[in-house]
Amino acid sequence: MRPYLLSVPAVLLIIGILYAFFYGVYYTVLNYAATNPTPTFIGVDNYRSVLGDTLFWRSAGTTLLYAVAATGLETVLGVAIALLLNRSTLIGKTFERLLILPLMIAPVIAGVIWKLMFNPQFGVLNHVLGLGSTFDWLSKDRALASTILVDVWIYTPFVAILVLAGIRSLPKEPFEASDVDGANWFYMFRRLMLPMMWPYILVAVIFRFMDCLKVFDAVYVLTAGGPGVTTTTLQIGAFEDSITNLNYSRGSTYMFLLWIIVFITARYLVSVLGKAQRRAAGAGA
Amino acid sequence: MASRFARELTPGQKRVTPGSVVADLGILAWFVFSLFPLVWMVLLALKNDAQQTSTYFQFSPTLANFGTVLSQRGQDLTSVDFGHALLTSVLNCAGAVLVSLVVGIPAAYAAGRWKFRGSEDLMFQMLSFRFAPELMVIVPLFVIYNTLHIFDTKLGMVWVLQLVTMPLVVWILRSYFTDLAPELEQAALLDGYTRTRAFLTVALPLVRPGIAAAALLAFIFAWNNYLFPLILTDSAATTVTVAVTKYLGGGGQAYYNLTAAAALLGALPPLVLALTIQRYLVRGLSFGAVKA
Repeated sequence: MRPYLLSVPAVLLIIGILYAFFYGVYYTVLNYAATNPTPTFIGVDNYRSVLGDTLFWRSAGTTLLYAVAATGLETVLGVAIALLLNRSTLIGKTFERLLILPLMIAPVIAGVIWKLMFNPQFGVLNHVLGLGSTFDWLSKDRALASTILVDVWIYTPFVAILVLAGIRSLPKEPFEASDVDGANWFYMFRRLMLPMMWPYILVAVIFRFMDCLKVFDAVYVLTAGGPGVTTTTLQIGAFEDSITNLNYSRGSTYMFLLWIIVFITARYLVSVLGKAQRRAAGAGA
Repeated sequence: MASRFARELTPGQKRVTPGSVVADLGILAWFVFSLFPLVWMVLLALKNDAQQTSTYFQFSPTLANFGTVLSQRGQDLTSVDFGHALLTSVLNCAGAVLVSLVVGIPAAYAAGRWKFRGSEDLMFQMLSFRFAPELMVIVPLFVIYNTLHIFDTKLGMVWVLQLVTMPLVVWILRSYFTDLAPELEQAALLDGYTRTRAFLTVALPLVRPGIAAAALLAFIFAWNNYLFPLILTDSAATTVTVAVTKYLGGGGQAYYNLTAAAALLGALPPLVLALTIQRYLVRGLSFGAVKA
C-alpha cells in the first residue's frame, strides 16, 4: 500500500496533464478553430485532411532527415570527443569543465546567438570564414543544414558526457586479460570496448533522436520553418496550424500523429536498449 | 601496441605521446567551435551602437547595453520588461522545482525501494512525458487556463513547468534511492523509528547530493523552456526565453548589441549554475539518462 500512497501526489499531477492531453485528442475529431468556436463532431476528417496533405508528408520527411542527420553527427562527434578527452593529457583536463556550457543554454537563446552569427552582412561567421556578404546560411538550400549545425553545437556535449561516463566506468580487467592473450587493439576496441559502451551510446542516441523528432525552439527562431517550407518540421507545422492559423483541431491532429510516431519509436528503442544492456552485462562479466 | 591501447582507455598513468598530442589538438578544435559563439556574444554585448555591425575583435567595451536592456528604453524598443521577465523566470522555475521535489521525492523513493504493480509503467509514463511534443497539450491548456483564470499567471506557469521538471526529478532520484542500501533504514526501524522517520532522518539526508543535482538540473530545464511561456503567458508572467526573442525584432532596425546583451543575461543563470555544480550535474545528467 505504501508505495502507492507515496506516488499519489505525482500521479495526481500527471492526471492533470493527462486531462489536457485527452482533450487534445478529443479536438482531433472536432472542427474546432478560432473561426468556429462552437465545434461539432466530424469524425476522421481531420486525419484524412492531414494525411492527404503533401505538406504533412514533407514535414515528416524533413523531421526524419533532421533527426537522422543531427543524431548521427552528434553520436559520431560525441563518441570521438569522449575518446579524445579520455586520451588528452594537457588540454582535456582544462576544457572538460567547459564541455557542458552549450548544453546549458536555452535552445531558443542558442538560436538567437546563431542567428546573429549567420547574418550575411553583419554576422561574424562570413567575416571569419572569408565567405563574403552574399553567402546566406539560411537560404533555401542551406537552411536545413544550418539548423542541424546549431543542433550539433548544442547537443554533441550531451552525447560526449554520457559516453565519457561510460568509458570511465569500464572495468580494466577484460582489457588486461585480452592484452595478455595477445589481442590487437582493433580486436579489443571492436569486441570489448564497443559492446560494453553500446548501452551508453544507445541511451544518448535514443534521447537525441526522440528530442529531434519534436524539434522546435532553435529552428523556429532561426528560420520559422522557412524559407518556404524547407525547414518546416512536424512540430513547426503543427504550430502554424494551431497557433498561427488558429485551426486547433487540425494542429492537434498533426501533433497526435507525431505523438504516436514518437511513442512507438520510444517503445521500440527502449526494448532495444534493454537487450543491449543485458548483452553488455554479459560481455563485461 | 595493445597494452598502450588498454592504458589509454582506462584512467590512470598517462604520458605525453604522439597520440595524446593529436587528441589534444582534436579537443582544441572542438572547443574553438564550441566556445566561439559564447565568446562572440560577450564581445557583441560589449559593443556600442556604432560598432555593433562591425565584425572586428578590437573595440572599446561598454556595459551600457545591459543597462539599456533592463531599462525603460529596452522596454520601449521591444515592448517587454526584461528585468521583470528575469524575476518572473526565477520565481516560476523555483516554484516548479519546489513542487516537483515535494511530489517527486516520495514517488522516486517508492519506485526506487519497491517494485510494485504498475511501477514500471509509471516510470515509462514519466519518461514518455519527457518525449511528448509540448504542442499536444498546449491548446487544451490554453482553454483550461482561460476557464480557470490562470492564463498569464505565475501559478499557471509553475503548474505547467513542473511537467518539465518532475519527470527529471523522479528519474534522477530513483537511481539514487535504488543505490541506497535498504539495511540502513532497516537498522533505524529496529531502533524503533517509524517508517516515515527512518525515511526522513536516514534515507533523505544520504541522497542530498542527488536532490541537489536533480533540483538544479530541473531548474535549468524549466528556465530553458520556450513553448509553454510563449503560448500560456502574455506579459505579466512572460519569461526570459520569450523576452530574448523580442530583441531579434521583425526586420528594419537591428539591435545586435542589445540582442547579444539580452541573450547573455538570459543564459547567465544556467551557465553560472552549471559551472558551480558541474560535478553533480554531470552525474545527474548521466544518471537520469543511463540508469533508465
